[in-house]
Amino acid sequence: MLNKNIYLILIISLVFAISFWIGFNVNLLPAEASINAPIYDELFKILFIIGLIIFIGMTIAVIYSLFKFRKRNDQIGDGIALEGNLSLEIVWTIIPSIIVLLIGLYSYNIYDRMGGMKELNHNHEMMSSNSEKIWAGISQTSDNEIAINNLSIEVSAMQFAFLFNYPKGNFISGELHVPVDQKVSMKMESKDVIHAFWVPEFRIKQDIIPGQPTILNFTPTKVGKYPIICAELCGPYHGGMRASIIVEEESDYNEWFNKNKKPEVNL
Amino acid sequence: MTISIDPQKTNNESLQPKGWLRYFSFSLDHKVIGIQYLVCGFLFYLIGGTLASAIRIELASPMSDFMPRDVYNQVLTLHGTIMIFLWIVPVVNGAFGNYLIPFYVGARDMAFPRLNAVAFWLIPPSGLMLVASYFVEGAAQAGWTAYPPLSITTPQSGQIIWILSVLLLGGSSIFGGINFIATIIKLRRPGLKLMQLPMYCWAMLGTSLLVVLSTPVLAGTLILLSFDIIANTGFFNPVLGGNVVVYQHLFWFYSHPAVYIMVLPAFGLVSEILPVHARKPLFGYTTMVFSIMGIVVLGLVVWAHHMFTSGTPPWMRLFFTIATAFIAVPTGIKFFNWVATLWGGKISINSAMLFSCGFIINFVFGGITGVALAQVPFDIHVHDTYFVVAHFHYIVYGGTVFIIFSSIYHWFPKVTGKMLNEKLGILHFIITFIGFNLCFAPQHWLGLNGMPRRVAEYDPQFQFVNQISSLGALLMAVSTIPFLINVFLSVRNGKDSGDNPWNALTPEWLTSSPPPVENWEGEAPLVEEPYGYGKEISERK
Repeated sequence: MLNKNIYLILIISLVFAISFWIGFNVNLLPAEASINAPIYDELFKILFIIGLIIFIGMTIAVIYSLFKFRKRNDQIGDGIALEGNLSLEIVWTIIPSIIVLLIGLYSYNIYDRMGGMKELNHNHEMMSSNSEKIWAGISQTSDNEIAINNLSIEVSAMQFAFLFNYPKGNFISGELHVPVDQKVSMKMESKDVIHAFWVPEFRIKQDIIPGQPTILNFTPTKVGKYPIICAELCGPYHGGMRASIIVEEESDYNEWFNKNKKPEVNL
Repeated sequence: MTISIDPQKTNNESLQPKGWLRYFSFSLDHKVIGIQYLVCGFLFYLIGGTLASAIRIELASPMSDFMPRDVYNQVLTLHGTIMIFLWIVPVVNGAFGNYLIPFYVGARDMAFPRLNAVAFWLIPPSGLMLVASYFVEGAAQAGWTAYPPLSITTPQSGQIIWILSVLLLGGSSIFGGINFIATIIKLRRPGLKLMQLPMYCWAMLGTSLLVVLSTPVLAGTLILLSFDIIANTGFFNPVLGGNVVVYQHLFWFYSHPAVYIMVLPAFGLVSEILPVHARKPLFGYTTMVFSIMGIVVLGLVVWAHHMFTSGTPPWMRLFFTIATAFIAVPTGIKFFNWVATLWGGKISINSAMLFSCGFIINFVFGGITGVALAQVPFDIHVHDTYFVVAHFHYIVYGGTVFIIFSSIYHWFPKVTGKMLNEKLGILHFIITFIGFNLCFAPQHWLGLNGMPRRVAEYDPQFQFVNQISSLGALLMAVSTIPFLINVFLSVRNGKDSGDNPWNALTPEWLTSSPPPVENWEGEAPLVEEPYGYGKEISERK
């Protein structure tokens, strides 16, 4: 009996060790290029490790049962008439409940750190004067910051392109240029069908909806060029609906901005 | 042979064609209808599988080069719609439900035999209509979700035929659901208590409740959508002041429970198969019943987890995260109970057992990615990517389709009186299991690294992994060959199985194989312990 328990403990610790090793050493995610990305990857790592423990554990249990309790040729009759075990069943109800609850609370914490729990309607009223209803994207900014020193960009999506309007510079660009380490606040609206704005390296995504502006805020942290991908089926050329986001040093960004800037026209 | 006391029924029986012709007739026999569902569903599975192969051929190269882009969108829309509404839902509910439920409750037929036949005969015309819409102006191309405004702006005839077809299939599903509820509640033989029913009855009771509660919402939504398309109303059309997000809420109010409509019956079937081949009672009957009902209740209040990147307010995202994650608890209980059912048994390693164990392994994997997807911050990155595609194929293919095959190996002797060939069956399992995992496991990585779903073209960096996935799909297509050969050979020259080849204790095995028209020569037996393996009741046999 003692021997059996030692084997069990050994196997369980081995499953844990393997899962932790894989969780910390196998990277399944693209580069991290925004404030959100490392927070996301932290959640991913935890879920990955817990998932591996459960999956490897269950797989071993199934394969072991098939092997150990397989019917030998000389055997007749049935297995043991075991119809249940209340305490065991209570254990495997309560432990998963606790795990699920902890994961839920933890992901709430992650979501809060990403800025997802802030009310956005109020922000928008400060951004522009009309009081149309804004739906929640991810916000990382407190109420006052958004109006003062954020880079605000208006995104319009259509079949099959994104257009980026820089209201301060009075110009429209097909490429999204942003300075590194600065908060960017986007108001997005679609001209036709539903699209989505996704930058995998930023770990953010928000649908762009006709008739209902959405907002999405992010802070890029790494200079480089990243793809902007439409993630919502929008028609035959959906797969080709791409744009680029270019994250650059502030001086480079200013140079680009001033080159494209147009004087305001008062009609 | 018939010992019916209902003269009208007997008259009808004498008018029914005999032999294989009865499968093409408006038969009222629940067993005939069950086989009609199964074979019809399998034919649509072959069509849906051909479409899936076309998708994987297109995705073997990064360019859109195999078919025109709009045809690609039609193919993916038809693939999803056919696999869900014409293969999985009709087979796990209609086919096995019709065949088994009357046996399990000790009845001679379903509660409403004519309604039952109507429910089946709605399926072939709506399925053919759906496939034929391709030849009109092109089939629907807005995905199986048909989100407006895309579904309003794409060519109309395909979308309207799609709506009509799904409405008919939904109607068929509701008729079936009402029939199952009535049969399980009202047609039980005297003396048979609810808590003595085989687990599949509970699964079908839960599923039918979901069908009856949620399918009408889909029907109403699609009718409103069709008004938007043909009558220029503005329910979901933003140009006319409609709201596209409302459509998503209504659609997912049905379509999330639809996942349980596809999966709960499979949970029931595996609960019938494992005890027989492990020679052990089903572990934890009562908790199994409660977890089914728990899944039914929770399944109705989680729909918005499909909409975390749409315009949903934060509090709503949080509620649906917690509710969704909690479904893992009753589901987890069931999986622990199945493993406990295997533990200490005398397990026959045969095709039915292997497919059931493959189901456990695949579904646990899909369940784990499901709990991850329930977390809003996690979902926001992978929503609408190949990660989600991989996840739901692990649930519906790795889960439900594996159980459909397991059930066919298990009940084939019941239906035909012949055994299926075990060697071909095990070959079928091995190719399917390897092909399935090769096809869908790599797709998780694709989604995490930036490949959205429903695209005909992608970044060249994803080519190698996509080719592995396509190779897996090829294996899955090949795996159908040994299965079909096996079925055709066994129907013609299979080894005689006798009445009860597995020495099973559930009621369907306590009559001849194949069973007589009204199921039992005499009275239906009272089976108080359908899982009494290892006990006196089993020793007697």
